[in-house]
Amino acid sequence: MNENPASDGVLVRVEGVGKTFHRGAEDIHVLTDLNLQVPAREFLALMGPSGSGKSTLLNLIGGLDRPSQGSVTVGGERIDQLSDRDLARWRARHVGFIFQLYNLMPVLNAERNVELPLLLTHLSKAQRAQHVQTALAIVGLAHRAKHFPRTLSGGEQQRVGIARAIVTDPTLLLCDEPTGDLDRKAGDEILDLLHALNREHGKTIVMVTHDPHASARAVRTVHLDKGQLWSEAQK
Amino acid sequence: MKFLPLIWSNLKRRKLRTLLTVLSILVAFMLFGLLSAIKQALVGGVAMAGADRLIVRHKVSLIISLPASYQQRIDKIPGVAASAHLTWFGGIYQDPKNFFPQMATVPEEILAMYPKVILAPEQKQAWLNSRNAAVAGRKTAERFGWKIGDRIPITSAIWTHADGTQLWDFDLVGIFDGQDKATDTTPLWFRYDCFDEGRQYDKGHVGWYIIRVKDSSQAVAIATRIDDEFANSPAETKTEPEGAFVQSFAKQIGNIALIAEAIMGAVFFTILLVAGNTMAQSVRERTGELGALKAIGFTNVQVLCQVMAESCLLALLGGALGLGLSWLFILHGDPTHGLLPFFYFPVNDLLTGLGISLALGAAAGIFPALQAMRLRVADALRRM
Repeated sequence: MNENPASDGVLVRVEGVGKTFHRGAEDIHVLTDLNLQVPAREFLALMGPSGSGKSTLLNLIGGLDRPSQGSVTVGGERIDQLSDRDLARWRARHVGFIFQLYNLMPVLNAERNVELPLLLTHLSKAQRAQHVQTALAIVGLAHRAKHFPRTLSGGEQQRVGIARAIVTDPTLLLCDEPTGDLDRKAGDEILDLLHALNREHGKTIVMVTHDPHASARAVRTVHLDKGQLWSEAQK
Repeated sequence: MKFLPLIWSNLKRRKLRTLLTVLSILVAFMLFGLLSAIKQALVGGVAMAGADRLIVRHKVSLIISLPASYQQRIDKIPGVAASAHLTWFGGIYQDPKNFFPQMATVPEEILAMYPKVILAPEQKQAWLNSRNAAVAGRKTAERFGWKIGDRIPITSAIWTHADGTQLWDFDLVGIFDGQDKATDTTPLWFRYDCFDEGRQYDKGHVGWYIIRVKDSSQAVAIATRIDDEFANSPAETKTEPEGAFVQSFAKQIGNIALIAEAIMGAVFFTILLVAGNTMAQSVRERTGELGALKAIGFTNVQVLCQVMAESCLLALLGGALGLGLSWLFILHGDPTHGLLPFFYFPVNDLLTGLGISLALGAAAGIFPALQAMRLRVADALRRM
């Protein structure tokens, strides 16, 4: 992917996308003819009720799934046309994922968890350690590097998850309900962190949430329902 | 190597389960090691038999003797380099349980035939000097605590003296060693001339001949020539390679190799199921984590390799520990205290064991690994 967005400043371009799941003989249309553009350095919130297709859309933007129709272009690259292997490599280079349940490896301590994406690079052990230290410092957890997930609070685990997402310095951060499993205070801290990553580090963020308090921190909010885009709120 | 901490950490995820699986594999490979040593002891002679040596025995049965006069005629057959003969004594030393082979032979001939038998020159000379002298292999000498100068009384159920008594006394004048650990050092050899003179019947006969041929590639042709030489005589011969002869001896107590392989086959199949179940559970319970790995950029093949590496490491760990323990046990000595001709863990079997452990790991891991490889990221993440 070109690190720079397209000439019109759009990093993510979703055009005419449809997604249909098959359950037995039944076809479930989760997304229908959806169009969305996300400019570079934007902090976008995707809101909607359960089953509205927001996580599916996030998966399509992050190359975790493929659309049934339409195209997904990120940084000028048609990711829906990449092979599985190329798509995995593309994700490793350009996207950081932040999950609701953190999805940390319980058998690895914080720094080993953060190091995981770097194992896919050609960095030396010392270089990897340096990157891990930097990422943990950004999320304010350098002092908890040796701790295992089970000894960390939910907020701290999510910070480790964020450190893992940013350690390769990706252009795009995709967050699926990042505060959904946290209390208000911890959730606010995570939102502050995401805000700082957007404002100070120039990360483009797409965040799925159904919490209005969380979406209020985004620059723009998109509402999804029944697989279609209904409204946009720009601040 | 950089993935090793991740692989190792996953094995430590369920410590008890991993420990039990490793222990199961360990026990299987310990059994493999011990059976290898026992199999080697019982059938190893086949592998160690000289390719240039033939055995000439009576065509009807091994227990029917051949005329001693055959030796001169055999020596004249083209292609024969040397010959020696042995006669089974089948005696009892103190107790019938104290089995070890005892045979009458001609010292110079038998020592020349088996150059891997190491006998000190002065002991060889003592054997040549005394008609009643005998030499014993180190293993048997140590088993019964014999020393040079001891008199060894052996009662033979087969051979009686001219006066009808069955007790034979031999003076132990030498203890021989093997050049390598595969050389049999359990026999007691005594002089044929003394034995033939003292026995009541079957004088002038020997048990079987051992022939060394000049060119091992001609062994089959020479064997035919020998059998042709004695065709249509009262004592027709059957000549075969030494390996086949030793094998027929070993088969008297069953096909050891087949029995050992059947046991190990059953054990390894069971272990395959145990290890396979462990890996399947391991993959199933971390579907979400595998999904997360794929989300952050691990390719399907990398995930497959990770699960395969875990499985192979698990099996290799158990296998290496089991083989190591069996090696230590075998190093400690023959558990039968000398009944087996030799007791050691062949290096080839050790390497085969390591290979089997790796193959076991690969076989146990392949289906869970394929399952992990085929996981769709979006589906896997939903199962967190």
